[in-house]
Amino acid sequence: MPETQTFAQRVVRHPLLWPVLALVVLLVINVVATPSFLDVRMQDGHLYGNVIDILRNSAPVMLVALGMTLVIATRGIDLSVGAIAAIAAAVACTRIVGAGDESSLTTALMATTYAVVVCVLLGAWNGFLVSVLGIQPIIATLILMVAGRGISMAVTDGQITTVNNGWFSDLASGYVLTLPLAFLIAVGVLALTALLTRRTALGMLIEAVGINPEASRLAGVRARTIIWTVYAFSGLCAGLAGLVIAANTNSVNANSLGLWIELDAILAVVIGGTSLAGGRFSLMGTFVGALFIATLARTIPNIGIPSEVNYLFKAVVVIAVCLLQSPKARAVLRVRRQGPPRGPAAPVLVKAGSTS
Amino acid sequence: MSAVTVPTDLTWDRVKRYSPPTRYLPIIATFALFVGLFAAGGVRYDGLADPQVLLSLLIDNAFLIVLAVGMTFVILTGGIDLSVGSVVALSTMIAAKTLEMGWSPYLSMTAVLLTGTFLGLLMGLLIHYFDIQPFIATLAGLFLARGITYLISVESISIKDPTFTELAFRTVNIGDYYIRWTAIIALLTVAVAAFVLARTRFGRTVYAIGGSESSAMLMGLRVAFTKVGVYVISGFCASLAGLLFSLYILSGNSLHAVGMELDAIAAVVIGGTLLTGGRGYVVGSLLGVLVLGIIKTLIAFDGTLSSYWIRIITGVLLLAFVVVQRFATRRQP
Repeated sequence: MPETQTFAQRVVRHPLLWPVLALVVLLVINVVATPSFLDVRMQDGHLYGNVIDILRNSAPVMLVALGMTLVIATRGIDLSVGAIAAIAAAVACTRIVGAGDESSLTTALMATTYAVVVCVLLGAWNGFLVSVLGIQPIIATLILMVAGRGISMAVTDGQITTVNNGWFSDLASGYVLTLPLAFLIAVGVLALTALLTRRTALGMLIEAVGINPEASRLAGVRARTIIWTVYAFSGLCAGLAGLVIAANTNSVNANSLGLWIELDAILAVVIGGTSLAGGRFSLMGTFVGALFIATLARTIPNIGIPSEVNYLFKAVVVIAVCLLQSPKARAVLRVRRQGPPRGPAAPVLVKAGSTS
Repeated sequence: MSAVTVPTDLTWDRVKRYSPPTRYLPIIATFALFVGLFAAGGVRYDGLADPQVLLSLLIDNAFLIVLAVGMTFVILTGGIDLSVGSVVALSTMIAAKTLEMGWSPYLSMTAVLLTGTFLGLLMGLLIHYFDIQPFIATLAGLFLARGITYLISVESISIKDPTFTELAFRTVNIGDYYIRWTAIIALLTVAVAAFVLARTRFGRTVYAIGGSESSAMLMGLRVAFTKVGVYVISGFCASLAGLLFSLYILSGNSLHAVGMELDAIAAVVIGGTLLTGGRGYVVGSLLGVLVLGIIKTLIAFDGTLSSYWIRIITGVLLLAFVVVQRFATRRQP
């Protein structure tokens, strides 16, 4: 890009502009509806308020969306994350209930580690189907999406398992440094992922695989290993998300835990500007996208609409974002506008994200 | 070749040497699986071998059959429709709500069918004219339909209309056995769909698009019309399935049919339709639904297995069919 850009131009062309703007608009709507919406105060030694709640509630979707971002960057998709989250929760909860000392820290640690390992294996299984057998990602992960909830119910024996372990519930309701622990975990995973993908060649290799798997293989990229890794990583993230959700209610309901979280995660990824066609990704975009979804979920009851109508708004957001990203729709819009040739602006928005 | 060995050309030899066209192999495999499961169940459990069980299978899965028919069209073009489960829920809700408001049952049915078809049309237009991936466009459809359902009513509404209950319970007797109207409608849908796919220009274009969309375009086929058309058909089938489902369950609820799109996709895949498009038959989808149905029945007859095994077994079957498909298609370029 030319160095002559002004600050304003850089802001306008920044790929995160639209997601952040959308988030700000949501917050403004909230403040108009409830002027005290943004208030944050200290209570019981930690911060308290709507914004903090949003941060905490965004954790599961953010975790799942992080894994999904990398999978989508390789031109894949992972539909099984909701089922994997349910399996993680089921495994952890049954381990905690079955342990000798139900409320000790060791039990919580052992159970969560065990659950996370199981999820990494499940993710690796998806990776195996996609990379070794060469099955389309959407189909390969569909298998686990269908079977996963059954497996989760088999683990809990079809019961709603309730656990009583303070350490485990801290995963969702605990606070560290006055911030919710769940949010910090999500941010930690984000930071780690960003470090691994943007400070090493890994990110570039993932994008290479997404742009053209065959060409990247010929160029010496181990496409197979990379695909395998991103699916295992997605499994790991989904497992963590499942644990946070289960810790929030101290129980696991295999039927409803993490239901449609895959769709929320995909939505978060798409809002963040990662293209579903693969080849480029934006972790910060996903971060903003997840915050957007959590804020949306908070906004709707706040402005007096039943929270179930949430889905309607999500549909509108999906369509709007896709139309914004679709080259054909942009072409139609540009013709309508008849404005000065803003030629370079559009491709920059499309291609952005791969620049860093 | 056989001309040289004329003397041994007995009927039995011809039977032995007969191999069905490869394109029918998946359907034959599914049919064999169904017969095998049914026979094994018949041997193991008393009363399962009764023909009424087969008819009940059709009755209990009528809505899924219709759903799978619509899904077959979409998958044959290489697309996917995730919205069908939500459209079923929306249909039950519209039917229940309009009946509660005192509409005539026929008007209510028309409203349901029009809504589903319109949603399908919207998704088709998005997919074709704006190049949005089918997966993501129908995801929006999923959210939209579910959201509208919640908007109409968060609570469950029961259907008490006499026309609906009559339709739901009226039976048609075949000898000693009976079948319900819902099952007959489902079978009619299969027949019409099979005819359309095999014998009409529209149907052949569906296969052509699934084989290669750009080739179909270059051949001058009506790609746009057909591509939008399959989503319209899927939307129509989903709302028809929603009507059958509301007859089956006699209530409208926004939590109905969660995950039913997965059952429909699984049935289509088990029925031998290639998920990449271009190959498959509606009859296969019917058999796929019946296989899923017989598994459900077997588990119900067994009594000791919990219902969640249905999900696991469906997943395993899906895996088996997908992997076999993968290797079968790899051999023929």
